[in-house]
Amino acid sequence: MKPFEVKDCTLIAIATGVQAQNLRELREKMETIHPGSIYYHFWGGMLHSRFEEPEFNNDFAAWVRHALHDPVLAERLAVIDPTDSPDLEALRQELIEVMEERLYELEHIPWARPGEEFHFIRSQIVVFDTHRRLRDPEELPYLLPNFSLGSLFYHFIDARRRTPEGVDDFRAWLCGFGGKYDDLCEMIAAIDPYFTTLTELRQILSKVFMDYFGRVI
Amino acid sequence: MRELELYGQVAGKDVVEHLRQLASLLKGLKVVHINSTRRGGGVAEILERLVPLMKELGIEAEWVVIEGDEEFFQCTKNFHNALQGTPVSIPESVLQHYEEVNARNAEAFRELLQEADLVFVHDPQPAAMLKFCPDRKGKWVWRCHIDISRPYRAVWKYLRPLVASYDASIFSIAEFAQPLPHPLYIIPPSIDPLSEKNRDLPPEEVEATYRAFQIDLERPVLLQVSRFDRFKDPLGVIQAYRLAKKFVPALQLVLAGGGAVDDPEAEAVLQEVEAAAADDPNIHVLFLPPEADRTINALQRGADVVLQKSLREGFGLTVTEAMWKSKPVIGGDTGGIKLQVINHHTGFRVNTPEGAALRARYLLHHREIREAMGRKAREFVRENFLITRHLRDYLTLMVSLTYEVQERIELS
Repeated sequence: MKPFEVKDCTLIAIATGVQAQNLRELREKMETIHPGSIYYHFWGGMLHSRFEEPEFNNDFAAWVRHALHDPVLAERLAVIDPTDSPDLEALRQELIEVMEERLYELEHIPWARPGEEFHFIRSQIVVFDTHRRLRDPEELPYLLPNFSLGSLFYHFIDARRRTPEGVDDFRAWLCGFGGKYDDLCEMIAAIDPYFTTLTELRQILSKVFMDYFGRVI
Repeated sequence: MRELELYGQVAGKDVVEHLRQLASLLKGLKVVHINSTRRGGGVAEILERLVPLMKELGIEAEWVVIEGDEEFFQCTKNFHNALQGTPVSIPESVLQHYEEVNARNAEAFRELLQEADLVFVHDPQPAAMLKFCPDRKGKWVWRCHIDISRPYRAVWKYLRPLVASYDASIFSIAEFAQPLPHPLYIIPPSIDPLSEKNRDLPPEEVEATYRAFQIDLERPVLLQVSRFDRFKDPLGVIQAYRLAKKFVPALQLVLAGGGAVDDPEAEAVLQEVEAAAADDPNIHVLFLPPEADRTINALQRGADVVLQKSLREGFGLTVTEAMWKSKPVIGGDTGGIKLQVINHHTGFRVNTPEGAALRARYLLHHREIREAMGRKAREFVRENFLITRHLRDYLTLMVSLTYEVQERIELS
């Protein structure tokens, strides 16, 4: 079995130069914006330093709440879970539908003040090799608490759009042990990667591995 | 010990390993940085450290400074003001002179520029040089350090075609970026934790510095360090100090800064500030030479609260410097300050002298909160605004442009 290669990563932001001043513009720009921008505005924030839990897990909801002052639409956007959509195009369509529905309900289009426009950003990912290798899944409970947040993002978040099966790297690796870890894979699959922070995810995953291997060792 | 390892002690070993992995793809690359001043201002400070670090990583990096006369720098100062939104009329003859100076500088560095694999042109002063290097073989990147989110249109109309021809541009935050027909990288600037301006200092040196300026460290000190520039609102800072002093009678204000070769307005602004402060011996206006880095370091370390009450700001590296010294910052709610000063965590963002006075009073009256915010501020800088992160972003961009990468860079 190939060892698990521990990687680290960072994102570098690239402005698209596309911006929206009001809800109609946001909806229109959403039609054609680079799919990487939708990805960034849902997931990119996880790698930012934060002092508090984010009020909204995606940038669209946060902007609608704080710049357009529309709490109704903000809540509807905030509840969208990107892991429910098979791909970014499906996620784009869901966003557009929610925005269109709101535009239909409103008599006046909400505007942001100058200086508070929504700026569409995309990113490039840079993947580093930590040169750490896991040969045995039983090493996971010891290694995971020391994963950097970049490592966690790469293996648990980025993996879902990188791997052909659309799963995290832990499950992809464990599947190669001939069904021995199917129950562990199910436990990992049950973790919602979205409505949380990377620090919390690291704790949750560490606990899953600790409990699992603590039980079978 | 090599420089990079010293940085590893501050920023973490992994950070240096990341730099080495990125640089392994860039060995021997010829890189040129061009700007308009060797000393004074954030750009020169960054290049002073970035270029030697690139060299240590095996990149053939050089830094060249263009030469210009008074008329040229008056014109580029007007560009600077106009790009930050001030309506400025620049006669055609002055624009012609701007291009002539750029052409002369392009001629002076022609061989270097034509042979370079990557050229980074900082700010508008040397931006027209690309036009005069038609036989370039490498990629050219325009690095804009200022807030051009709402430029004065007439001046932007002139400058836009000059910068649109570049292969990429870099802005400090996404809000500053203007639509241009090439990739627009977002790279916040940084400070160097090992430089004279930011390294740890013995407390005796801090005390001696304050004594030399006859400022009493036993009494509370508000400090703003910045060039004497109207966008930094030094008069607003004096007003805020006067409002706060009614409630903190022992308060002192220090306004410390200097000028730069490419800033002809500094002298006039300094005179306005001195006039406004003349009747109060507790306001200390210090016009410091460019080499006063250690003095600034000591002033920042000795202050109780640091202000950066800018009306417009590119990034505000003085904010980063103060935060690195564990000081909460009261900053103008503008530009890169918004990225650094997180309300109630690393300081407060304000819009008026009244707001600045209110927050200053709060921080001066709550020592424990002030110190806790200072500790958070330092860690925030460690994670986000040290030169190692800045260098990593530059190397990423260089790999992207050199290998024409779209979305993923995989290193080993």
